[in-house]
Amino acid sequence: MSRGLVPGWSGFAWHRVGAVCLRHLYVMRSSPIRLLEMAYWPTVQMVMWGFISQFFTTQSSWLVQAAGALLAAVLLWDVLFRANLGLSLSFMEEMWARNLGHLFVSPLRPYEFIVALITMSAIRTTIGLLPAALLAIPLFHYNIFAMGLPLVGFFLLLLITGWSVGLGVSALVLRFGLGAESLAWVLIFALAPLSGIYYPISTLPGWLQTVAWWLPSSHVFEGMRVVLTTGTFDWSLWWTALVLDLGYLSLLGGLFLYTFRVARRRGLLLNVGE
Amino acid sequence: MMPDECPPAIRVHNLTKIYSLTPVVDGLSFEVPQGSITALLGGNGAGKTTTIAMLLGLLLPTSGQVALLGHDMATDRYAALAQVNFSSPYVDLPGRLTVRENLTIYARLYGLPRPAERIAEMVEDLELGAFVTRRTSRLSAGQKTRVALAKALINRPRLLILDEPTASLDPDSGDWIRGYLSRYAAETGATLFLASHNMAEVERLCSQVLMMRQGRIFDRGSVSELTERYGRTNLEDVFLDIARGQEKGGPAQ
Repeated sequence: MSRGLVPGWSGFAWHRVGAVCLRHLYVMRSSPIRLLEMAYWPTVQMVMWGFISQFFTTQSSWLVQAAGALLAAVLLWDVLFRANLGLSLSFMEEMWARNLGHLFVSPLRPYEFIVALITMSAIRTTIGLLPAALLAIPLFHYNIFAMGLPLVGFFLLLLITGWSVGLGVSALVLRFGLGAESLAWVLIFALAPLSGIYYPISTLPGWLQTVAWWLPSSHVFEGMRVVLTTGTFDWSLWWTALVLDLGYLSLLGGLFLYTFRVARRRGLLLNVGE
Repeated sequence: MMPDECPPAIRVHNLTKIYSLTPVVDGLSFEVPQGSITALLGGNGAGKTTTIAMLLGLLLPTSGQVALLGHDMATDRYAALAQVNFSSPYVDLPGRLTVRENLTIYARLYGLPRPAERIAEMVEDLELGAFVTRRTSRLSAGQKTRVALAKALINRPRLLILDEPTASLDPDSGDWIRGYLSRYAAETGATLFLASHNMAEVERLCSQVLMMRQGRIFDRGSVSELTERYGRTNLEDVFLDIARGQEKGGPAQ
């Protein structure tokens, strides 16, 4: 157990983080269908885009190069999507189960709860994406792991972006109730056209490019294309994305903690549920 | 430490909660001595559940102070929560998890050194063995209440706060729970604070009663003091008099 390593985090205990994670791992273990569902959509997406890419490669020599970029983009977009969903769903699971009251009369700190949600998001994202990434190797002779260390870097950055969005969504659901739960699925898609997942940011109109560069995900997908087309890793894109990511994570983590306090003021921790 | 040196299990001073300009709890002040069993009574909407939520820190008061076992809930909440626990039929445990899984999670949340041993004790004490591997959502009301109680006792709390501990139970199950709570308090010296609508339960268990009406403590005392003060033979009649505003005697000054 680490105590007071981070200012304001005195009393932080990993055993409580582990307890919250264990609660979600038990739920996952009790439902094989859920595990299957986690891997289902990423795999379906990968298969569909894999065939589209194969078709493209027969049409143009430039697209031969682009085919790998498309599959990488599909898989990396799903990292962002799953990281957000993994965090939001773990949070909403507590609301559906009306368990927040019990959790927060224990010595569990709200920031320990956030760390547990983030951990579960990383686990859920890995479970969801690993089968799709592995299946792409025999099906389309595309090995995303060949990207090597840059892949780890991109994966990490997109996880953090997904966590930030997930914390923002969870804050809204805590404040406005389960009527807002659909935000977990739809809000993240607002980032999709601006992130340049399947096209360079330069494709966007000038004013929208300015907005896009404020998103960490835009830097990641741009960086991914640089790796795939030139074989080099653009550190400036990576560092910019990391700084933006840490900024958004602090901001939206802060929003969640603020909303938690509002929930305590309004009595929302006891009056939640289906 | 001598008993009279102990801080009260609960100390509430001028506790107020206002929603949309309406005071739901209005300037409550009371103390609950350690080792006692105290009931908080009142009709629906009297402010009992709001009071309990503020005691536990789930709800922030508009004003006033709460201290549990000597720890101020505004500044030292977690030190108190490690020694407190709570059960309510209105706050569920995750239904998808088995009884054992739920107890394991809470044993770990409270950082118990040997969770498996403590769970085995709870399973035996509360007779959960027959359904410990069953999903919590598939249990009967009586079984769920026993599991909730096991969760509430998992950390051997010095202060146990219960919101209607026997609500919706048949007389046999309710009697079993009351017997268990009574033994637990006697054996451990823990303080029990419960909100209830079951006057027979309060008469059997509680040494002190706080009567709430319209967000305030209307009267307080032992069961015998209250029945004598209102010229009644049982607590239910006292409750009805106070709830209906037909009290002949008055509250203690």
